[in-house]
Amino acid sequence: MLFLEGLTKTYKTGDAALRDVSLTVPKGQIMGLIGPSGAGKSTLIRCINRLVEPSGGKVLLGDVDLVGLGKADLRRQRRRIGMIFQEYALVERLTVMENVLSGRLGYVPFWRSFLRKYPPADIQRAYQLLDRVGLMEQADKRADALSGGQRQRVGIARALAQDPELLLVDEPTASLDPKTSRQIMRLLTEICAERGLPAIVNIHDVPLAQQFMQRIVGLRAGRVVFDGTPEQLTHEALTAIYGAEDWNEMRRGDEEQTRAEADARDRMAALAR
Amino acid sequence: MSAPDYPTTWRRPPQIIRDRRWRIAFQIGIVVYLILAIGSVEVNWARVYTGLERGQRFVLGFLQPDFDTRWRDISRGLIESLTMTLTSTVVGVAISIPIGIGAARNIAPRWIYYICRGIIAVSRALQEVIIAIFFVAMFGFGTFAGFLTLSFATIGFIAKLLADDIEEIDEAQAEAVRATGASWGQLLNYAVQPQVMPRLIGLSLYRLDINFRESAVIGIVGAGGIGATLNTAIDRYEYDSAGAILLIIIAIVMVAEYSSSYLRKFLQ
Repeated sequence: MLFLEGLTKTYKTGDAALRDVSLTVPKGQIMGLIGPSGAGKSTLIRCINRLVEPSGGKVLLGDVDLVGLGKADLRRQRRRIGMIFQEYALVERLTVMENVLSGRLGYVPFWRSFLRKYPPADIQRAYQLLDRVGLMEQADKRADALSGGQRQRVGIARALAQDPELLLVDEPTASLDPKTSRQIMRLLTEICAERGLPAIVNIHDVPLAQQFMQRIVGLRAGRVVFDGTPEQLTHEALTAIYGAEDWNEMRRGDEEQTRAEADARDRMAALAR
Repeated sequence: MSAPDYPTTWRRPPQIIRDRRWRIAFQIGIVVYLILAIGSVEVNWARVYTGLERGQRFVLGFLQPDFDTRWRDISRGLIESLTMTLTSTVVGVAISIPIGIGAARNIAPRWIYYICRGIIAVSRALQEVIIAIFFVAMFGFGTFAGFLTLSFATIGFIAKLLADDIEEIDEAQAEAVRATGASWGQLLNYAVQPQVMPRLIGLSLYRLDINFRESAVIGIVGAGGIGATLNTAIDRYEYDSAGAILLIIIAIVMVAEYSSSYLRKFLQ
């Protein structure tokens, strides 16, 4: 179960990406996050595992507040949150198996990960996950040898290898064709249902969201402006979220993306420190 | 209805200096400077004439290289040079890796970043010959000074290029590894290393043949190896032996060049 309470993010440039966002995601619920580019969707999910540092508010996963944790504690808590990315974000030159096993990095000591000597249980589990996403034969291939849909399935297996209590999914289908998109969404929803895993899925495609999500939250300019079932997402609700074709929002979207990336880079530097 | 009158000519807008007059003045200025600068170089034509004869003997030496007379010196010099090249490259690269990581802005703390960039700047600012003279003065003539010189020069080269490479990695892959709860070391091993490794190996091989060529140069100032042999041959006006040495250097550099480009292709 995930509670967000008064979550706020203001970038160094002074732009407020999130303003006082409060949400509860119960166990087993798949929640779609929609909204125009620049509404703060990527910022919101990155604030949960603190790839982007929130400026204020609380992020409660179970009964642990993730905001304000020290480096080591944050790493330990990140293990509980699996993340799936827009452009797959696999390590291209590593094998599929190494990518899946990298989901265990938070659990194993450095020497094990360095020598690729993972505990037998981890390896067994990685094979089991690869089988689940239908990539058993590809285990020894390099990640860059796979197609887009296959790569995203490796991404899913990697996130599940963490044994997460929550999935954060950032535009999982943005670079896939319509058919593959549906296959990936179906796989994701099935897996979440099997494990009773809550998920926040950041998604551009409204019809796709309506087809696969149990609940939809609409974000506009960093605020929650809609929260309901897919059936309640009427034309009026969509106008409330997206506005009547507001092209300025799109430009802001690019800016937000840039800021989120810059912030993530700063975070990486901070991690080093 | 007639179409609006669109222009039929278009010129690329000036990119650097907008004012046309300034642009022309600037171009004339450059030409005038070049003419004056070339005019200021003094050439002693009588000396050039006598030098031609020596040059000719040098070229003739090339055409009739003498491998035999000084073969023992040549082979000793070669072995020294190759040993120096290989050891200094290995040691230099080994030291460069931590310095290169430290000099990458996106993964190193700020203070370490400045220290490592400082080391790189010092190593790059000092040319091999200058370092060689310094080390020869400190440790005496011979290969040890050469080994130290080349190791030191390798650090500036490899560490800088490695650091620049690390700064340009795909952040998305690093972000994904970080999101799993990986530590800094694991991040380096899983997200950074796979992205920079092929280039690091390529650069090391490239540095290997640079070091071999440099070993011939620094030998002239006393740092041992084939350069010392070459220097002796030239001093004794034995241009045929010198020609033989130069031909051997060229052959070795070419072999290194082809084999390293083959290896690099294989690694991608």
